[in-house]
Amino acid sequence: MARAVSPQRKAMTTIVVYLIAFTLFFPILWTILVSFNSEAQAIDPPRVLDGSWTLENYTLVQERSDYMRYLWNSVVIAVGSTLLGIVIAIPAAWAMAFVPGKRTKDVLLWMLSTKMLPAVGVLFPIRLVLIELDLLDTKVALVFILTLINLPIIVWMLYTYFKEIPGEILEAARMDGATLRSEIVHVLTPMAVPGIASTILLNIILAWNESFWTLTLTTIDAAPLTAFIASYSSPEGLFYAKLSAASTMAIAPILVMGWFSQKQLVRGLTFGAVK
Amino acid sequence: MQSLTRALMGATALCAAATLAVAQDDPVTITIATVNNGDMIRMQGLTDDFTEANPNITLEWVTLEENVLRQNVSTDIATSGGQYDVVTIGTYEVPIWAERGWLVPLDDMPEGFAADDLLPSIAGGLSYDGSLYASPFYGESSMVMYRTDLMEEAGLEMPDAPSWDFIEEAAAAMNDPENEVYGICLRGKPGWGENMAFLTAMGNSFGARWFDEDWQAQFDSEEWANTLNFYVNLLTEYGPPGAPNNGFNENLSLFQQGRCGMWIDATVAASFVTNPDDSQVADSVGFALAPDNGLGKRGNWLWAWSLAIPTSSDAQDAAKAFIDWATNPAYAELVAETEGWANVPPGTRTSLYENQDYLDAAPFAQMTLESIQAADPTNPTVDPVPYTGVQFVAIPEFQGIGTQVGQYFSEALAGQMSVEDALAQAQDYTTEEIEAAGY
Amino acid sequence: MATQHSRSAARFMMAPSVVLLLIWMLVPLGLTLWFSFMDYRPQRGTFDCCVGFENYARFVTSSSFQDAVITTLIMVGGILAITVIGGIFLALLLDQPFWGQGVARILVIAPFFVMPTVSALVWKNLIMNPDNGLLAYLWRFFGADPVVWLTDYALFSIVVIVSWMWLPFATLILLTSIQSLDSERLEAAEMDGAGAVARFWYMILPHLARAITIVILIETIFLLAIFAEIFVTTGGAFGTQNLTYLIYQRVIESQNIGLGSAGGIIAVILANIVAIFLMRIVGKNLDA
Repeated sequence: MARAVSPQRKAMTTIVVYLIAFTLFFPILWTILVSFNSEAQAIDPPRVLDGSWTLENYTLVQERSDYMRYLWNSVVIAVGSTLLGIVIAIPAAWAMAFVPGKRTKDVLLWMLSTKMLPAVGVLFPIRLVLIELDLLDTKVALVFILTLINLPIIVWMLYTYFKEIPGEILEAARMDGATLRSEIVHVLTPMAVPGIASTILLNIILAWNESFWTLTLTTIDAAPLTAFIASYSSPEGLFYAKLSAASTMAIAPILVMGWFSQKQLVRGLTFGAVK
Repeated sequence: MQSLTRALMGATALCAAATLAVAQDDPVTITIATVNNGDMIRMQGLTDDFTEANPNITLEWVTLEENVLRQNVSTDIATSGGQYDVVTIGTYEVPIWAERGWLVPLDDMPEGFAADDLLPSIAGGLSYDGSLYASPFYGESSMVMYRTDLMEEAGLEMPDAPSWDFIEEAAAAMNDPENEVYGICLRGKPGWGENMAFLTAMGNSFGARWFDEDWQAQFDSEEWANTLNFYVNLLTEYGPPGAPNNGFNENLSLFQQGRCGMWIDATVAASFVTNPDDSQVADSVGFALAPDNGLGKRGNWLWAWSLAIPTSSDAQDAAKAFIDWATNPAYAELVAETEGWANVPPGTRTSLYENQDYLDAAPFAQMTLESIQAADPTNPTVDPVPYTGVQFVAIPEFQGIGTQVGQYFSEALAGQMSVEDALAQAQDYTTEEIEAAGY
Repeated sequence: MATQHSRSAARFMMAPSVVLLLIWMLVPLGLTLWFSFMDYRPQRGTFDCCVGFENYARFVTSSSFQDAVITTLIMVGGILAITVIGGIFLALLLDQPFWGQGVARILVIAPFFVMPTVSALVWKNLIMNPDNGLLAYLWRFFGADPVVWLTDYALFSIVVIVSWMWLPFATLILLTSIQSLDSERLEAAEMDGAGAVARFWYMILPHLARAITIVILIETIFLLAIFAEIFVTTGGAFGTQNLTYLIYQRVIESQNIGLGSAGGIIAVILANIVAIFLMRIVGKNLDA
């Protein structure tokens, strides 16, 4: 419900909000601006805004690395691991929400605690297992690993949404003779769509930005944008402009996706915080 | 008929040609891991020349920032992952990994490779048990780079072989912080390959050493106290703000913008600071040997980014063909043709320093060669040591120890810790680690 | 509602998640546990069983361990404080009526989409670099000496960099929670003469309690594992080495897998203590 406030106050709020919003967004904006400058301009902040723009960094970056391949790998890994995670998590979240047992809380806690495994501590074991399975530098391996890493968050998010759905509706569906499967597919899932959408979006972001496993377990075939960035950070000589171009290319897809879907993301991003 | 030609080929040229013949038959892909430095990027750009001559070999490049590269390559080789067919490593890793049996010896290279043309001190650092295990792509030592115009203004003349006292005098004379010109820029960023490379080499000229012959850490020695005090003093008085954050790159950019009177660092920087496209001071840079203290050793290091083949690679012959292409004398000519002689990877071969075209194009060539020749990895400092390596100690534990000690020293430079405390902590840490390593 | 039938169905449906996570937990953790009792240093060619608790003793007794634990606590605590307090403030602000809500929200949420490596590289080079960075330029413009952020205020700088990414996240969750508050009740309170502070303290904050605990729980899980930001900016120097980075240092830099594995196990134990502690609080809130 919109509260009635004086236009002066509304104007003041607008100014303050935009000041803060702009400050928060500024590092990204600056990176984008620098990416359209020459290296010599990039190290001299006032010259970044002197009005001369160039696409040279983007051509150089594209010449050196095949951006589309990295992008495709990022997309496959982020989307693949999220969808796989959702498919595995929906039944579990359903069970926890509608048939809670004495142990449900403990299982949930235990699931979250697996996320606390420090990645580098298990680097050698994971690598050795992957070598054994001949899965190093494959997208399959990364999809699985990122699924497992994010599964606890997915289960937990879905659980909180499902819990908010009144059990009576399911009762009613069951009275009408719905099977368990159709209950989930036709009754529960449609009601939970906002929650599921938001879970998917959040997990795509998390998987997209994961930068330890994606860097240590890949070389060529599965190397995503995190590896793409690693070839532009801190070489000898001037690099700010090329780094900015590469950074812009690495974050642009997820930024655009995020902006277009921000309503869905925000609507569901409650983790059961709203009652 | 076909088998006859094969037999003939095998008989005429035993090893080299035979491997090439095999390599030419089946299509293979080799994965090359390399650093994202300019010379390597250039190599990546010239690969058409290689693939035209070897149409059956496809090259896949993994170009990474140095720290990420080291992390990925060392993990892969330690677990025999077989992800890479050619890896770019330094003089530090080669003897250690060769000892483990992780690298393929390069003793049956094609004739054009001319192993005896490699600079002896560089080849020595890349050999283990008499065999070459990596081929140098570019080699470097360190030297003094200074601004001839500022020196002239200060009324000083840089000798070819300056002493540390003169460096301090010159730094004081050129220091002009009001105008953002600082007397001297040195590495301060923590890391075994950053500030510790510089400080270990500098320590050598002060007579300091990491370990005595019984592997006892020596940071409690007077020599180290002198080294670190001199360094911290020099940089605090006449260095740029933020020196503890400056590595090679940061100093390069400072020097190129004309903010450093002197800079003691890798010889490869010479071509960057004299390149008018990047450097605002390109026409007023002079070079001198790294300083000494009259003790018979200079503070210059020795390093070579080199190409090696992991034993876990399944395309070793193709990898050898590639290494031959990238590091034999013909590659220098190829780069010279397309990019000019000044851009040829320096510091690996005697023939390059006998080439008049190169000497004309690179005013820093002579100083680079002398610096490289002046470094002696087996006898790095004044007193005898149980280890090899000029600016590092060639044992597996050094990377961890060097980085930690580098952090103490960097904190001392930043004024977050006194020089005495930094040395005491370095001594404790090194002793603890080296004992645990079984010395 | 829970019949015997649905109970067994539930168990069946939870199985994939539980089994997968069990494998994920047990295989690497089991191997890590095994390695932690070994002298495993690949660069030395050692792979010897067993050295008992030697690796654990060495990891815990080194002075770096204590420092790393303290650094981790300061880091996580600092970021939580900034993001929660800043998030509440921002959420309250965004809840006010103003023009251009959609655009403002897009700008605020953007940092959350930036991958940690990129954000660390951008902050380190383009913004905080003492010679060519934007802040250095600003400082000089006002006649001050540029601050050497990543040396002199290294831990603070990393807290800022990471907070920048998580502040939007906290803001969004808190904003959704604020918007669910019954505005009529608030208005009624205002009519009754309750001041802004009183309304915030007695009505809004209690309402937000649940959202705050959830923000803290989720962020803590991610913040305990901060790595890329440290790797890119300071490499663990100047007092920025957290527990994750210390383990990295043992495993990758010292190439001592046994020692690093012991560190990994210790980190898991410590993290679980924190998790249990947190879940106690959240658990109460979740039931409410």
